[in-house]
Amino acid sequence: MAYKDEQLHEEKVFKDPVHRYIHVKDRVIWDLIAAPEFQRLRRIKQLGTTNLTFHGAEHSRFSHSLGVYEIVRRIIYNFKGRRHWNDDERLLSLCAALLHDLGHGPFSHSFEKVFKLDHEYYTQQIIIGDTKVNEILRRVAPGFPQKVADVIAKTYEDKLVVSLISSQIDADRMDYLQRDAYFTGVSYGHFDMERILRVMRPIEDQVVIKSTGMHAVEDYIMSRYQMYWQVYFHPVTRSAEVILTKILDRAKHLFEADDFTFKLEPTHFASFFTRSATLDEYLKLDEAVVYYYFQQWQEEDDVILSDLCERFMNRRLFKYIEFDPNKQMGEVKALQQLFRAADIDPKYYLVIDSSSDLPYDFYRPGEEEERLPIHLLMPNNELRELSRQSDIVEAISGKKRTDHKLYFPMDKLEEIKDEDLKQQIKAILYDQGEIQDVE
Amino acid sequence: MLNNHAKLMQFFSIAQEVTGRKKLQKMIYILQKCNIPFEEKYAFHVYGPYSEELTLRVEELCNLTFIDEVKEDKGNYFQYHYHITDRGKNFLEEFGLDMPDMSNKVDQLKSKSARFLELVATMLYFDDLTKSEVEAKIHQVKPKQKYSEAEIAASWAFIGDVTQTH
Repeated sequence: MAYKDEQLHEEKVFKDPVHRYIHVKDRVIWDLIAAPEFQRLRRIKQLGTTNLTFHGAEHSRFSHSLGVYEIVRRIIYNFKGRRHWNDDERLLSLCAALLHDLGHGPFSHSFEKVFKLDHEYYTQQIIIGDTKVNEILRRVAPGFPQKVADVIAKTYEDKLVVSLISSQIDADRMDYLQRDAYFTGVSYGHFDMERILRVMRPIEDQVVIKSTGMHAVEDYIMSRYQMYWQVYFHPVTRSAEVILTKILDRAKHLFEADDFTFKLEPTHFASFFTRSATLDEYLKLDEAVVYYYFQQWQEEDDVILSDLCERFMNRRLFKYIEFDPNKQMGEVKALQQLFRAADIDPKYYLVIDSSSDLPYDFYRPGEEEERLPIHLLMPNNELRELSRQSDIVEAISGKKRTDHKLYFPMDKLEEIKDEDLKQQIKAILYDQGEIQDVE
Repeated sequence: MLNNHAKLMQFFSIAQEVTGRKKLQKMIYILQKCNIPFEEKYAFHVYGPYSEELTLRVEELCNLTFIDEVKEDKGNYFQYHYHITDRGKNFLEEFGLDMPDMSNKVDQLKSKSARFLELVATMLYFDDLTKSEVEAKIHQVKPKQKYSEAEIAASWAFIGDVTQTH
């Protein structure tokens, strides 16, 4: 029997708190899960620094990836025999679902920002490069790794396969919303996924929703909206992200400086600082390694690096005020000068964070041909964009919520010896609005 | 601090008015590919390179009243028009942004249709492939657009031109 058709003698199941069981029968899937590049995802948290806000959020990209695989498996089971669905694409869809996040690194959002990396590029490299995952995929067919990479990159010719893991209502989002809600312990993020799976229909190059299932999709859109504001955009998590980003900035700055010697050389980071990281070096960096450096760097002679690491390790985060760039840019300039006068480097200790700095989106139908929206399949077989049918979705889509926050270390400001300087800084900050705690 | 917002404001200040979100998306992407330092992250979507970060940043600029967005109902879809406001101009002036001149490129891009820019952006997205591979890829990822040989040739010429323009 060809490797691609090989089945396990007995179906394997993974116990999962979100989907109850994750079922594996294909030998290829079983082998991919065992590959070192996939096992590495156990050491990458799904939500990065969110565990500093919601302590339960310790779940990994490994469990999320299994979850996405399971949802796609169930969708395909429902699609079997339907017009427009080609069952020859089954294994390809399952592999792409399982491997879609393979290139994520530790705290990937901050890392990508500072080191100008792209996890999608590394996902491609792991799949087509010299790796165990590639070896397994090549056993299916020589061109199979490239096909899997193309599906994940959304450039595969069969858009229906792409849309299973990447669209406005896809397996990726359906898993992470539920999984993140479960592990953070929040009460939003729940919706009737079983119902959505039952009303999904393959139509030409996209997955659409039977109009009778509109209310289940409304619930999904509401969950997505609430999770963004309550979990993903949480100001405390953003404070931790700000500090993390500044640690990486500072370490890079010191690495490039001629006159600084680290007590613990940033060996694992060096190729990232010089933007020359090989695939092998990329795969070696996981969260355990990063935490080790941050732990050790608390002892460095550079007071900024050691302070930022100590803050991150002990959750001594920055406080913030709501910030309006329209009216308060002048105050920021004044604060930058006062911070410098107080010997506090504003580059690291006065940071504006905007909602667009975060890697999440919420549903908006957009303009024609801007991005594919969610389509409802009406009884007369017409397709209607969701917000044109649903008042609830229309109401949410019209509400454009964006925000900007100004982060700073209140405790450090309290330590300023020059009382006059301290009062000037506090006067500006207090004048801008209430200073928000991050406890 | 808000550097990426200021860069977009600089673009709107040159472009004066941009019609269509799709066109806006492709213009910024093509400018990125011409080494203009926009930092919005793009990924491939059904209609070519698309940046959610750009969409959200433009929303922020609209909410700050730095950019005015006009929504036009076209019957079965909406079209959006963008132009910089006086507040936006003030912000940009105060910011003192240092950015390479992109006026000629912006003019060239503005004169083209969204459909054409979608083709250009898609071809640039696959710039690690050979010319024949790019052309094969266009037909593979965009079969519905049915781009003609003439359009593809015009797109190559435009890419040669816009990447050279100062």
